[in-house]
Amino acid sequence: MTPYRIGSGAGYAGDRIDPAVDLAERGELDALVFECLAERTIALAQLRRATNPAAGYDLMLKARMRAVLPACVRNGVTIITNMGAANPMAAGQVVLDVARELGIQRLRVAVVTGDDVLPWAQVHNAPLIDSSDSVRSLDGRLIWANDYLGADALLPALRAEANVVITGRVADPSLFLAPLMLHFGWAADDWPRLGQGLLVGHLLECAAQVSGGYLADPGHVDMPDLHRVGFPLAEVSADGSAVITKLPGTGGRVDRLSCIAQLLYEVEDPTNYLQADVVGDFSQVRFSQLAPDRVHVHGASGHARPEQLKVTLGYRDGFMGEGQISYAGPGARARGELALSILRHRLQDAKLSHGLTGLEHRAELIGVNAMHGPQLGADREPYEVRLRLAVRCSTCAQAEAVGQEVEALYLNGPAGGGGVTQSVREVIAAASTLVPRSSVRPRCDILELHTGH
Amino acid sequence: MSMPPTDLTAKRTLRDIAIARSGDKGNRATLSVIALVAADYPVLERLLTEERVRAHFAGVVQGPVQRYTLPHLGAVHFVMFDALDGGVTRSLALDAHGKTLGSALLDLPL
Repeated sequence: MTPYRIGSGAGYAGDRIDPAVDLAERGELDALVFECLAERTIALAQLRRATNPAAGYDLMLKARMRAVLPACVRNGVTIITNMGAANPMAAGQVVLDVARELGIQRLRVAVVTGDDVLPWAQVHNAPLIDSSDSVRSLDGRLIWANDYLGADALLPALRAEANVVITGRVADPSLFLAPLMLHFGWAADDWPRLGQGLLVGHLLECAAQVSGGYLADPGHVDMPDLHRVGFPLAEVSADGSAVITKLPGTGGRVDRLSCIAQLLYEVEDPTNYLQADVVGDFSQVRFSQLAPDRVHVHGASGHARPEQLKVTLGYRDGFMGEGQISYAGPGARARGELALSILRHRLQDAKLSHGLTGLEHRAELIGVNAMHGPQLGADREPYEVRLRLAVRCSTCAQAEAVGQEVEALYLNGPAGGGGVTQSVREVIAAASTLVPRSSVRPRCDILELHTGH
Repeated sequence: MSMPPTDLTAKRTLRDIAIARSGDKGNRATLSVIALVAADYPVLERLLTEERVRAHFAGVVQGPVQRYTLPHLGAVHFVMFDALDGGVTRSLALDAHGKTLGSALLDLPL
């Protein structure tokens, strides 16, 4: 059996488009997966849908589809993506519109839904994960609840031979695992095999993070041509082992380091990686470099999938106001520290603080201590510093006052402040709970474009 | 493939022999340290104890630190609890994901 060739077209919502086009054109792929949905992205998508029922899908959906559909249709590459975000059905229609615009005559789009479990969350009082509270503690603030669907939800779409499978919330590696299960006929309880397929998905889901991105440290780890880093693809065998590689002539590198770094990325216990389809065991994974940019991977395994599915709950959690101002040249740090001290005095004085007294905040100097606090921060004199004040507020008006306080440092603070920016954002925080599989009903709708004679 | 261990006399910090990558999982940060040469794994295991990593991130990581060892890969892996100011969606931090934590650890002297 020839290997199944599956590529990664995006590792997050804003990822580059050109490497995916390259994969679609030259990759000889069976499937190309775009993973574009993180906690924050789905929160923003839900907010867009709340104000416009026709919105709520990924903001780059049209641009990506315009770029990759022609080559994918021409080369018979199945597109699988969670760019449906908060509105997969609307996204499916958008894909058809783009196809029409491009003059594509036939296209089958499968829309997978069932991840929206807000009605369930509104009437059940499940405990929150990593918290002593339960879902009811979010009453009045809860705005969305999406569970992570697994590969099983995608199988009907793939069996229907859709050109494009578009979903909302699906466990990231399941987007890759589903076509492997179907192609190789892996049973839904073949845990060791599913564990190996899970690993392939996990290695690919962050796109360039396995092919040379996010690794370079000049003089220590040098990486060629990151301006045109190639996105990865896997050549997967029936036993689930795979070769991770990228297209010739692209930048970056696939090697032992790039693969191990991605293997462990955001995994907690490597023997117990909880996912919707299988609990992965990555502890015995082995990599071997077959040739430049070709790494063979095997040795993953797995155990029975969890009985319940993870649900992410988004809830309104006030506002965040932020202001920044820069100081440069000799004494920049001292002036930045004076500016911080002025702000602290004002925040402490209820008569001066515009309601900001007593609120949780961070006041720091970018270039000195903003990342890791005073213990790890720089003790050298930086050429420039950027003051940053961020405050957790209950109202939008309070949050606006934060940036105004920083801006007022122009005329009222130390010498030479410049480049003020202000921002206010509503905080949609995330909590997690578990839903029984029996309460989740995945669904697949087929949309067809069929024009011409 | 199997390169010999590095001569450490010319090496100063962890950055000279390893890379690090961190990420987020709710309010927990994950941090992996991988030896550039797999044979240097024993140095990582000896240097990077849970206590040492926790002390390095004092004031940043509020909770315990748990270590997983992967000698066959030349890697040690940490889960740091209560490390992300409540997690990426509500944190006030500029680097809400804790992505920069990995680099901070590379400054540890050998």
